[in-house]
Amino acid sequence: MDLGLTEMQEMLKNGARDFLENECPEQLVRDMEEDEAGYSTSLWEKMAEQGWQGLLIPEEHGGAGFNFLDLCVLLEEFGRALVPGPFMSTVLGGAVPLIEIGSEDQKAEFLPKIASGDVIFTLALTEPSARFDEEGVQCQASVDGNNVTFNGVKLFVPDANVADYMIVAGRSEKGVTLGIVATDQDGVDVTQLQTIARDKQAEVKLNNAQGQLLGVEGEGWEALAPVIHRYTVGECAYMVGLAQMDFEISVDYAKERVQFGRPIGSFQAIQHKCADMVTDVDGSRFIMYKAAWAISTGQSDEETQMSVNMAKAWCSDATRRVVAHGQQIHGGIGFTKDYKIQLYFRRQKRAELSFGDADYHRELVAQQLGI
Amino acid sequence: MDWQDSPEQAQFRTEVADFIQARLPERYRSGDENSDETQTTGWQADRKSNDPSAKESAINWADALAEKGWIAPHWPKEYGGAGLSVMEQFIYNQEMAKADAPPVGGMGVSLLGPTMIVHGSEEQKAEHLPKILSGEVAWAQGYSEPSSGSDLASLQTRAIRDGDDFVINGQKIWTSGAQYADWLFALVRTDPEAPKHRGISFLVMDITTPGLTVRPIIDMGWQEPFNETFFEDVRVSTSNVIGEENRGWYVGMTLLDFERSGISGAIEYERTIKELIEYVNSEPENDIKTRDDFESVRHQIADRYLEVNVLFNFAFRIVSMQNSGMVPNYEASVNKMFGSETHQRLARTGTKVFGLYSNLWSEENEYAPMRSLFTRDYVRSVPHTIFSGSSEIQRNVIATRGLGLPRG
Repeated sequence: MDLGLTEMQEMLKNGARDFLENECPEQLVRDMEEDEAGYSTSLWEKMAEQGWQGLLIPEEHGGAGFNFLDLCVLLEEFGRALVPGPFMSTVLGGAVPLIEIGSEDQKAEFLPKIASGDVIFTLALTEPSARFDEEGVQCQASVDGNNVTFNGVKLFVPDANVADYMIVAGRSEKGVTLGIVATDQDGVDVTQLQTIARDKQAEVKLNNAQGQLLGVEGEGWEALAPVIHRYTVGECAYMVGLAQMDFEISVDYAKERVQFGRPIGSFQAIQHKCADMVTDVDGSRFIMYKAAWAISTGQSDEETQMSVNMAKAWCSDATRRVVAHGQQIHGGIGFTKDYKIQLYFRRQKRAELSFGDADYHRELVAQQLGI
Repeated sequence: MDWQDSPEQAQFRTEVADFIQARLPERYRSGDENSDETQTTGWQADRKSNDPSAKESAINWADALAEKGWIAPHWPKEYGGAGLSVMEQFIYNQEMAKADAPPVGGMGVSLLGPTMIVHGSEEQKAEHLPKILSGEVAWAQGYSEPSSGSDLASLQTRAIRDGDDFVINGQKIWTSGAQYADWLFALVRTDPEAPKHRGISFLVMDITTPGLTVRPIIDMGWQEPFNETFFEDVRVSTSNVIGEENRGWYVGMTLLDFERSGISGAIEYERTIKELIEYVNSEPENDIKTRDDFESVRHQIADRYLEVNVLFNFAFRIVSMQNSGMVPNYEASVNKMFGSETHQRLARTGTKVFGLYSNLWSEENEYAPMRSLFTRDYVRSVPHTIFSGSSEIQRNVIATRGLGLPRG
């Protein structure tokens, strides 16, 4: 038993922190909120040079062959730096399903391009029903050999505005069916949504959109389980990094801000909030890594499922408590656009909602406990 | 990161579990036939019990542990401890807690011994340590006073030098288990002129010394875990000072800095929440699941389950840090605060589940669900956020010592 990082993971973490402090400063985060594409192509290319898009991809397909827990170490740093852009959608929504269920041809075709930063992927899973379960997939899929045609509406699709391909979940007469759909076709119509985090999410209308069948027709939901697990824990890692930074900024502010002739951090009302913040951040970190560990080491399906649900249930609520305290500690300055703390507050909500909030996952925990 | 034992750790775990399975006296084995009272008052009370079978159980269990050198697993070997590594101690504590086996030696093993090993003279060590290890002498701690709780350093019990003795007058309170103890270690004021942290000495004394009176305090759960201890011209030799005179505050803080992971709490709450879940799922007579508020109840149960998992991770973190040579800072305060607050939430959820039945106090009542465990825990978890540094003090410590916020 050991809850520390390995030497390699420490290197990954420190390297990423240094890199992102230089390459992803606050100004870039702000610029991307108002940017049409929502990401910096030069940062994207530099990240590919670091090997990050390909971190999980096996070496034979041009990646680094790291495990999922390693990726979470990186994603924690992404949350800390609020890295904007299609990294999680490409890696967790694209590379992961390809690695898990792609044919050898599909892996050979797409994985090296993901690793090199040449293509952007996303996962088109949710629909106007905004459900995360199998019933939520109602978009029509019709399969003809290795081709699949989709008709329907996907909603809250991350980074669809810049994605080259999307992995679409549809439903044929045999059940949930997945396909790899190129976005540069007439049958794909993307409309960007203005969101709380000013990230890029979209409505995607599929009108006879053509794609390659991914996996087996009708078995798409089962195939998505490892993808949803990883994406969900990835969101937790992002929230942990985000909350850690929000907490650090707030503690620093409490040391500097003087009222009644003394730093507000000397008041117990503020101190106790800070103590609760670090408890929540640390609690989130370990429950997230436990889920990442269960996935990486191939623990039983039951244990993995439970640990993923526990992680998202806990991190969703705990990190919200952290960013709410962060705002309160900052007082008036905190709710101005110019000050940075609100950047974390708004992004926490996006991640909290992604793949189900605390109540959704708590319900799944309760079901697994049999109650 | 790894949440599993290494092969060596797994082997040691099996050794401990097998030992407990083979040697734990029947009286201490979990089960409905054993009363909750036995589980809470434990070994220290049993060894002074009028019930011969209780006394025999306490002696047998101490003997069994002593054979393995496991009464003081964390003490160095040269002082008769087992010299276990940090990780082995953790596994030992885990398995003891899983079996609900009572630790032997109480405060002598956990607090006084380790402090004496650091600060005591060779004579003091030779006199006291073997008697702790043999189970011959049990210790109680005299720190708090009626007017010195969270602000412990303001303590006023006076020890005035008279030749080779100190003469002590004053009062201690919350002296846990003093009614079953043989010796007392106490913080007393030996220099009232000095700044408050610098006029305190750490004294040990026989609890039967004339002038020393122990009076149990009946708590809100009708139990007597704590006492008041009164000093009226109690004469104690100056050779009973541990460490330097007037440096007792720092000697005492060695004890408090002796970080504990809190794993036994996590294991107890896990056992409790699992039993609650099993009850809700299997009780054929109950209609809990048909109640209108069951959705809220089941989410509360799930939350408690989550919190216990978070608490486990906090405990694992402490031992991971120690195992890699780091010294925990605010982390131990997080464990105490979060663990005690989880305990109270768990009791609240349990009483919520059973509704009106949570009125029932007696574990023997035929109507009592789960032996009325939650009702009694609801009352008995109240002190948990107060003793050993209240939740507020823990948050102060986290904020100032851990996060570097300025003291108020």
